[in-house]
Amino acid sequence: MTSTVTKTSETPAQLIRQALRHERRNLLFRRISRNQLLVSGGVIFAFMLLAAVLVPIFLGQNPLSVDPANRLQAPGGIHILGTDTFGRDLLSRILAGGRSSLLIGCLVAVFSSVLGLVLGLYSAFYRRTGAVLMRIVDGLMAFPAILLAIAIMAALGAKTSNVIIALIVVFTPHVARVVRAAALVVKTQTYVEALNALGAGPTRILWLNVVPNLMSPLVVQATFIFADSLIVEAALSFVGAGVPAPAPSWGNILYEGKTVIYNGWWMTVFPGLAIMLTVLSINLLGDGLRDLLDPRQVVAR
Amino acid sequence: MIAYAGKRLLALIPILAVVGVTVFLVIHITPGDPAAIMLGPDATPDQVAALRQTMGLNQPLWAQFLDWAGRVLRGDLGYSVFLHQGVSAAIGSHLGPTLALAIFAEVLAVAVAVPAGITAARHRGTAVDQSFMGVALLGVSVPSFLLGLFLVLVFAVLLGWLPSGGYRDPADGLGAFLRFLVLPAVALAAMQAALIARMSRSSMLDVLGSNYIKTAKAKGVSEFLTVYKHAVKNAALPIMTVVGQSFGALMTGAVVIETVFNIPGMGQLVINSIQRRDFVVIQGVVLTIALIYVLINLVVDLLYGVLDPRLRAERSGVT
Repeated sequence: MTSTVTKTSETPAQLIRQALRHERRNLLFRRISRNQLLVSGGVIFAFMLLAAVLVPIFLGQNPLSVDPANRLQAPGGIHILGTDTFGRDLLSRILAGGRSSLLIGCLVAVFSSVLGLVLGLYSAFYRRTGAVLMRIVDGLMAFPAILLAIAIMAALGAKTSNVIIALIVVFTPHVARVVRAAALVVKTQTYVEALNALGAGPTRILWLNVVPNLMSPLVVQATFIFADSLIVEAALSFVGAGVPAPAPSWGNILYEGKTVIYNGWWMTVFPGLAIMLTVLSINLLGDGLRDLLDPRQVVAR
Repeated sequence: MIAYAGKRLLALIPILAVVGVTVFLVIHITPGDPAAIMLGPDATPDQVAALRQTMGLNQPLWAQFLDWAGRVLRGDLGYSVFLHQGVSAAIGSHLGPTLALAIFAEVLAVAVAVPAGITAARHRGTAVDQSFMGVALLGVSVPSFLLGLFLVLVFAVLLGWLPSGGYRDPADGLGAFLRFLVLPAVALAAMQAALIARMSRSSMLDVLGSNYIKTAKAKGVSEFLTVYKHAVKNAALPIMTVVGQSFGALMTGAVVIETVFNIPGMGQLVINSIQRRDFVVIQGVVLTIALIYVLINLVVDLLYGVLDPRLRAERSGVT
């Protein structure tokens, strides 16, 4: 009885709207599933993420417990990927390092996106502030990324929270520049003019009407910053200016691996593969997202 | 052209100012007293006070900055109490290996990437294109220091063909010099080669789709001449920008690669200084590399003006 009531209560217009919505969702799903870059990147990334979060539970190994009697054991046995120079389980160290790398990358991507969005947005709409901000952005971008990060880490001291701060300082200018370029285009659109004429306040126009149009370049940029910050973090930890020992990170495992490269290839190969796969998957994801969010580029290229 | 060059030079002033302030601040964003940190926990208060005096830390911040900037402009980057040496001299003695590495890597990258990108563009959509671009994507995803470690593992540990690290001066013989430099240079070049190849491909594709190329084809100009005489010229500008930028990236990449291969360059200087908290040296090295980076970009910009008359003619620049 109730089902017939709901059925009859729908007007033809509603039915059509529903069908359209369904169709659109189908189209989105098809575009996502057809997008090989996005799917393969997403699958690899999800795999790495799940491995980093779930596997340690089943592994039951402490990444920090030292066992000098079993140092530099080759892969196999209880230690699936072998042990390091202190006899610590390599697999659990790689996974723990992955958790901290992914957390650092994620926080850096989020915070530098938000900061870059605010800076880029306001510098596009307010000429004078914009000119000053963009000169600062130019200046900061004159430093190569790793070098600026090294300088900041040298000043602040090797600590995980400082790595995040340093990377945010390094990457925010990149976001600000991309957002500003996109916002300058949006600014000239008729609807912004119309909103102005209707008396909408600047905050309303910027945050309710302009920002949604900046989301696709922002999201694409954020994924690339995620990948870049993984690389820079690994490099920082590798040279001893990142995540400090004994906490594991892909970079400092590789540094320890370098000192024993003639006796323990596994300490270089496995964390190296972890970095490569993760960065590759995020880059694929970023390329795929760009194709999905900005279909014009696909046609153009 | 002079107006264009003048405008570029003027645009450099705010950039250099920001670079200067940032480098200057490195020492001052340190939590705690930089002098006490540099001397370590065993220093007596008298020693700390003496170092604060020599570093000028007791003056107000703006006076310290003016003092520092004045000295930097005269080419004096300060004195390192750890190295017992002026920073400029220390940088001078470490610059050689880094420059050699970066230049070697740049030559390798350009020699491989530009032809690869052009070939990929000519055979767009084919297996050649896809495999080149696949390799390039892989290249962008492998950090150079990681590739360096993998190369050591294969060519030094497994095969024993090449040394796993170290540096030989070119004065000791070119063969040894190259033998020690080839692995770090390849490791360093890979990522830039990938970027240059991707840029070469897309910029060639843009040009190959344009009307004048169609005209050239229609009037029967050979494929070879169309690509290498007509198209390459116009595709060269964006490629040149990436190549210019890549040199700056190579200089910094060298900093990390030097740690992998134990090369006594600027990288080793700055990394050792981080462990010692020798801020004066860190400031000097960071400033030097940033300046090289800025100057290269200036040269690229000026070359742009030489090669593309439209840029010179432009009166009002777009912000």
